[in-house]
Amino acid sequence: MSNKLNESMSLAKPEANNLSLKQKIAVTIGLIGLLIFALAIFNTNFPNKTLFLSLSIGAISLGTILFANDAYLTKMEGIKNDGVWFKSISSRGVLAWATGILLTGFYIILYFFPQYLGQTPSGEPNTGLISLFDPLSKLLNGNPASQWFVYGTLYTVAILVFGYKFMLKYRHNRYEQLRTASVMFFQLGFAFLIPEFMSRLNASPDYNLPYYDLKSMWPLNYYLFDSWSVNGLLSSGVLGFLMLMFGIISIFVISPFLTYKYGKRWYCSWVCGCGALAETAGDSFRHLSSKKLSAWKLERWLIHTVLVFSVLMTTAVIYTFLGSDPNKFWLTRSAFLLGVGILLTLVFSMTMIFKRHELGKDARYGAIGYFVVIAVLFIMHYTGTSDKIFLIKASHLRSAYGLYIGSIFSGVIGTGFYPILGNRVWCRFGCPMAAILGFQQRMFSKFRITTNGGQCISCGNCSTYCEMGIDVRAYAQKGENIVRSSCVGCGICSAVCPRGVLKLENDSMKGRTNANEILLGNDVDLMDLINKN
Amino acid sequence: MEHIVIIGNGISGVTAARHIRKLSDTETSSAQAKKITIISAETDYFFSRTALMYVYMGHMKFEHTQPYENWFWEKNNIDLKKGYVRTIDTHSKTLHFVDGDTLTYGKLIIATGSKPNKFGWPGQDLKGVMGMYHKQDLENLELHAPNNKLCKRAVIVGGGLIGIEFAEMLNSRNIPVTFLVRESSFWNGVLPDGESEMINRHIKNHHIDLRLSTNLKEIISDENGNVKSVIIEETGEEILCDVVGLTAGVTPNIDFLKDSGIETDRGVKVNRFLETNIPDIYAIGDCAEQHEAIGKRRAIEAVWYTGRMMGETIAQTICGNRMAYKPGHWFNSAKFLDIEYQTYGRVHSTKNKPDYEQHFHWKHDDDTKCITVAFDKNTNTFLGINTFGIRMKHETFDRWLTEKRDIDYIINHLAEANFDPEFYKKHEQDILATYTNQFKSAKA
Repeated sequence: MSNKLNESMSLAKPEANNLSLKQKIAVTIGLIGLLIFALAIFNTNFPNKTLFLSLSIGAISLGTILFANDAYLTKMEGIKNDGVWFKSISSRGVLAWATGILLTGFYIILYFFPQYLGQTPSGEPNTGLISLFDPLSKLLNGNPASQWFVYGTLYTVAILVFGYKFMLKYRHNRYEQLRTASVMFFQLGFAFLIPEFMSRLNASPDYNLPYYDLKSMWPLNYYLFDSWSVNGLLSSGVLGFLMLMFGIISIFVISPFLTYKYGKRWYCSWVCGCGALAETAGDSFRHLSSKKLSAWKLERWLIHTVLVFSVLMTTAVIYTFLGSDPNKFWLTRSAFLLGVGILLTLVFSMTMIFKRHELGKDARYGAIGYFVVIAVLFIMHYTGTSDKIFLIKASHLRSAYGLYIGSIFSGVIGTGFYPILGNRVWCRFGCPMAAILGFQQRMFSKFRITTNGGQCISCGNCSTYCEMGIDVRAYAQKGENIVRSSCVGCGICSAVCPRGVLKLENDSMKGRTNANEILLGNDVDLMDLINKN
Repeated sequence: MEHIVIIGNGISGVTAARHIRKLSDTETSSAQAKKITIISAETDYFFSRTALMYVYMGHMKFEHTQPYENWFWEKNNIDLKKGYVRTIDTHSKTLHFVDGDTLTYGKLIIATGSKPNKFGWPGQDLKGVMGMYHKQDLENLELHAPNNKLCKRAVIVGGGLIGIEFAEMLNSRNIPVTFLVRESSFWNGVLPDGESEMINRHIKNHHIDLRLSTNLKEIISDENGNVKSVIIEETGEEILCDVVGLTAGVTPNIDFLKDSGIETDRGVKVNRFLETNIPDIYAIGDCAEQHEAIGKRRAIEAVWYTGRMMGETIAQTICGNRMAYKPGHWFNSAKFLDIEYQTYGRVHSTKNKPDYEQHFHWKHDDDTKCITVAFDKNTNTFLGINTFGIRMKHETFDRWLTEKRDIDYIINHLAEANFDPEFYKKHEQDILATYTNQFKSAKA
């Protein structure tokens, strides 16, 4: 078959993928909403900002909702992947590239050139797009909007309206619906409204509340231990201290407990904001993730490198923070480094003692990584001055992390490239939080995806629609359970399986990954023979 | 080094190759060493035939139907040869290819699968008439039915699993489909009436023009040799169409063996060890025909799973552990448009049901979920289950069948076999209530 025919193997476009009249109207309504934003960017001075902001967000939402209604409610419940690889937007066609370039451009401007969106030096009134959001910002937090308010609002709107679309698409599947309701709730409440309200209360002299998204956890929330953040929390009295404590307890107690019980999905596909956007607005791109073995290798190197970077960066930041005010904490620098060293040693040795046989070759890489980190801690101890470690300012390390990982990787590439690389690029290759949760999921969790005896027909729907690029079929066709650190438990492999082979489960740790080389259905003696060997 | 040649790169042949490779060495000096060659004229690499439909529907690209990346074969020392075997010389152990090439083998495994049935209908070889089995059928369909402008209607002939999949494929591109089924209800030679009738309604809900008890008389050509219409046997009605799908079952694909001396009937005759009448030649998968049927199985079973199981078994024999093919309890699965179907053990259709077999049937009000449990009415022993719209565990039913549990036990423990995704509504209570109502009150 020639490549030219590859798109749909036909020169004539499949008719079924053309938009219906209702869908065309819906797209037009949505585009009108976007047009208002575009006009605002070019400094159109709208007479009534409240009206036009409501109009634009309303039009975008209405357009998406009408589109989703016509796309899914006109058909019977079931899997709705017809034509996914024929549509320009979802098969790396012209629309996909255009969307990708627009999104990437938006992120670059947002992070590096906010003045083009109308951000002005503090004190001066906003202009452009950002000023369009002033009424909403004033309503919620009492202050004019900022680039981050605009971003937060658009981000939340996207999750809500595409979440609605996703729930219609999977209206036969309660797991998908509950999971989507959950991410919509956490985004709207925890990530968006509560911080804005807290900020509003701060306008009154009776309050001094920190700006804090309770669900965002270190190391995804890499600035938690920045001095401004810690100082901000600590200056907010008991509430701020409790929040800092909650942050630390989240990392060391709540998260390991929930991951043990349910796998990393409790966070990645039920709570997390990055995951929320990927699962809703990014759903149309989930099949674009690479399933090659080479991509898996890259993933493991990249994500763990980011994890090591983030641990070292945070350690360095806290180290210098402690140094700046030795009387503030009981914790001294050396005690802190020792503590970090002991904690890592504990994790490393427990893993080696109990899970060595499961790790195989990875044990060596793990050991190398561990010794590198410990060595760095020693160097930190012996070369550390008041604000430098290995002759580099900790703040430089921190800003490098913020720029390359926090902005470029997670934002520009992670989201901007949705239509080209798939919707979980950041979660798969970069997120240090996902790396930690994944490590635990792989080593110490009740979660797995169970396969159903010999029923797999190797069709490949599961692998194709895995947003994390896991070759699910490779396990299913061997009757092997899937226990992979990257699995975010979205449940789509199970949903798209035409033969009912896959099920997400929390069950006992024992026999979590049992593979039968001979699949169920064959000669009992043969299965016994093979399983004995 | 012994050369194992496998004709056919479907699930049977590839499973055999993979398992032989696992059990053997590649070191030329070793006595256990095997060179493995897989021959196919259809594709370069193994793909999942059952997934072809999803390529046409746009769920996947063709490359996604390939379970192994292209480097897999070389890495595992499995040679792939593209070619069409014309004849086999069993004396010199040589394969002769259509292009004149030859290849010698030490042991030969025939795994050539099936081909679609054609029953001599007038017009069955016109342009636009096709089966849905090979990759070439898919390419042919793309040519004749890329969209509903070029294909204004398609007619599917034959009410089996491939037929309904073919109808679903065309439906995904909004091409109107007329579905001719010979039986009085869809697949009711296999499914009990309650299930078969539910699927009839489901097909119609998808706006497919289902014609039951309807046979094809002939296919009419236009002036260019393309399909123009079909004529219905019973009514003489003419239905205009651009594509005709023939899905009236499959037959072993073994024409090239005619003069080879290898014993054939409908398929390649094999004993329980999957050996043919000629030493060092074996046959597995769809094309193999047992001398005597195993248990209640058919002599030829053209099913993905049996092909895979034969592949697993033959690898043992080839690698020195001669082993009979002894399949376990029957199981199968399919998907009828949006309704998944699984079966474990034996449930006969209403019309083919033996005297001792009794059925318990439960159907959900939404008309997309139902189960039928078959049991022996004399002993109450559980014989098998069909489940529609509810996923159930293979392992659990396999065990219950081995343990010969009775029907009461099955119904009371059904929750243990549930394999639906988390948070799905459970139906076991309702099923139990229906069962108690139907049977206990009758007995009392």
